Amino acid sequence: MTDSQTVTVPEPAPASDREPLLRVTGLTKHFPITKGLLRRQSGAVRAVDGIDFTVNAGETLGVVGESGCGKSTMGRLVTRLAEPTGGTVEFEGRDITHLGVGAMRPLRRDIQMIFQDPYSSLNPRHTVGTIVGAPFRLQKVQTEHGTKRAVQDLLELCGLSPEHYNRYPHEFSGGQRQRIGIARALALKPKMIVADEPVSALDVSIQAQVVNLLDDLQQELGLTYLIIAHDLSVVRHVSDRVAVMYLGKIVEIADRDSLYRAPMHPYTKALMSAVPVPDPRRKERRERILLTGDVPSPINPPSGCRFRTRCWKAQDVCASEEPPLVAAVAGHQVACHFPENQQSPENQQSPENQQSPENQQSPESRQSPENPAV
Amino acid sequence: MSKTEKAPTPASERASGDKPFLSVRDLRVHFPTDDGLVRSVDGLTFDLEKGRTLGIVGESGSGKSVTSLSIMGLHRTGTKRGAPRISGEVWLDGEELVGADPDRVRRLRGQKMAMVFQDPLTAMHPYYTVGAQIIEGYRAHHPGVGKKDARKRAVEMLDRVGIPQPDKRVDAYPHEFSGGMRQRAMIAMALVNDPSLLIADEPTTALDVTVQAQILDLIRDLQREFGSAVIIITHDLGVVAELADDILVMYGGKSVERGPAATLFEAPEHPYTWGLLGSMPRLDRELQDRLVPVKGTPPSLINVPSGCAFHPRCPYAELTGDRSTTEVPVLTEAAPKHHAACHLPIAERHRIFAEEIAPRL
Repeated sequence: MTDSQTVTVPEPAPASDREPLLRVTGLTKHFPITKGLLRRQSGAVRAVDGIDFTVNAGETLGVVGESGCGKSTMGRLVTRLAEPTGGTVEFEGRDITHLGVGAMRPLRRDIQMIFQDPYSSLNPRHTVGTIVGAPFRLQKVQTEHGTKRAVQDLLELCGLSPEHYNRYPHEFSGGQRQRIGIARALALKPKMIVADEPVSALDVSIQAQVVNLLDDLQQELGLTYLIIAHDLSVVRHVSDRVAVMYLGKIVEIADRDSLYRAPMHPYTKALMSAVPVPDPRRKERRERILLTGDVPSPINPPSGCRFRTRCWKAQDVCASEEPPLVAAVAGHQVACHFPENQQSPENQQSPENQQSPENQQSPESRQSPENPAV
Repeated sequence: MSKTEKAPTPASERASGDKPFLSVRDLRVHFPTDDGLVRSVDGLTFDLEKGRTLGIVGESGSGKSVTSLSIMGLHRTGTKRGAPRISGEVWLDGEELVGADPDRVRRLRGQKMAMVFQDPLTAMHPYYTVGAQIIEGYRAHHPGVGKKDARKRAVEMLDRVGIPQPDKRVDAYPHEFSGGMRQRAMIAMALVNDPSLLIADEPTTALDVTVQAQILDLIRDLQREFGSAVIIITHDLGVVAELADDILVMYGGKSVERGPAATLFEAPEHPYTWGLLGSMPRLDRELQDRLVPVKGTPPSLINVPSGCAFHPRCPYAELTGDRSTTEVPVLTEAAPKHHAACHLPIAERHRIFAEEIAPRL
């Protein structure tokens, strides 16, 4: 199955004239399972099993998937917090897959991370000033008016008050802590930020504040985001392109509008239909796709297409042959033998959308006025 | 001792005949702490009939879980450390629970009322098999039943909640189940004695969307089958829209809005509910440029803002002058069966909603 990693994947058509900031090819991470006294390897958790994607400068790639699909591991591989088993990670055209800690250090200025849990990602014994100032200290960066001033500017940029400099994390609410984490990530003016579930630990009313903050910062500082989340509606809101992961593989990657309007992989379709929508009248109207069972173990993933055990369209070929991730429509890659919504996405906007049983599950999203490939 | 501090006034005015199945009257749960008195629930009133589902929505710290624990009688009692002061009344099928003997409440718990917790891994005992834990609950309330029959019942329940090979899985330990299966097992455990009241506290928050959809369907089916009253507590407005007949929105330990699900989502009355609806990105709507967050943060329950607890975050607080800071708004009927606690005049609220809020949702 591992030879599937070498399948070359065509680039998404739009924005291909730009040099991608991040290019990931055949990225793999297997966590060994050891047994016995000699700790011999008896198997491996194939957390990430050969994924390819690119992120262009200034855009946001959202990664969605259920727990255990490898999306967080992927984030840690890209930021080199975990050592990849195979494949390459290129940042600005430079291969950083196997750089050592020392060689990686200058690059840490350019790639930063925002973590999920604002409670465990901030040291409770350090003041906000120390936490947000740490990047300057570690990278020995001199700022024009001293570190304190720089930290206070960052706090202000992230919607906190400069007086918070000497406070401790426990004095802040969850949303404010997440802002501290964002301020720390921004300290060295990174080019790319990997955010792993940046808002899932926050209350609904606070989520929106942080989502808007990330939005503003991107526009102001020209940041590139790789946002990992399980919440499909949040990902739709923040992303330019979206990748859907299932059991260590990318099953679909496309422009946001194209993906949400006409999902092609059955798994994507099922995921979208399962999202509860705050509209009680809608629950009678729509037909939900209920996936049965659970995600199979990544230790022994199913042969062929990994989704076939839960897929209602599965046939014999799905068990024997792994579908490659190929572009079915321009800018829309999908790994499925029998993709849905094969017509070009423009046809999907017709008002008959609701009547056609094939499209009943797709969310009623229409084309947004803005250009998706900003 | 603190459990018996119930207010004597409203109890007398009701005859037990026409009482709703579950009736919570002016429930107050206050925790004394070193920092001050935490008013987790501060005067909550609602009714629930059999066969209906009530959704309680609110942000963290709004008092929703504390409410469910006090209905179940699961708070520490007496003078023990951490014991809250509970007042008010909880009537379940004609029986008052707040002032009742703890032994009596214990007998009702598991039998007449049962609970499904958020995290099934911590709610289940890791040392015992899933079957043993279901059997224990069944035999505790059916003293005459033998082990074999109880086991049969456990297998039956696991089968009912959709666990494959229930006769084998009954001997599995919680860690051998996946998250979704564990939640199913916990629902089986809660339903083993056919309770007439089921409280589900964030039953799907720890689960993935596809599994969440399965569990929500299961709860809906089981309710239809058993005709029990269900309270579902969640922060996710989507989940309550899927399940609930009636919705109660909590803020700062109080109910700020209460009404049938259909009208609450279509014509919400309270600015906080508007804020909640406006701040969540929705898959069923066109993409917005920006979300409209509720400014500020949820209040501290030690220093609840004076007057309307929502006034520091409310964009319309100034429209009512000083009243929002000095006077606590009471729940008043704005539409049939639809109550909201807001100082804004109803006509004004409807105008603001129609002109400013509805176009953005």
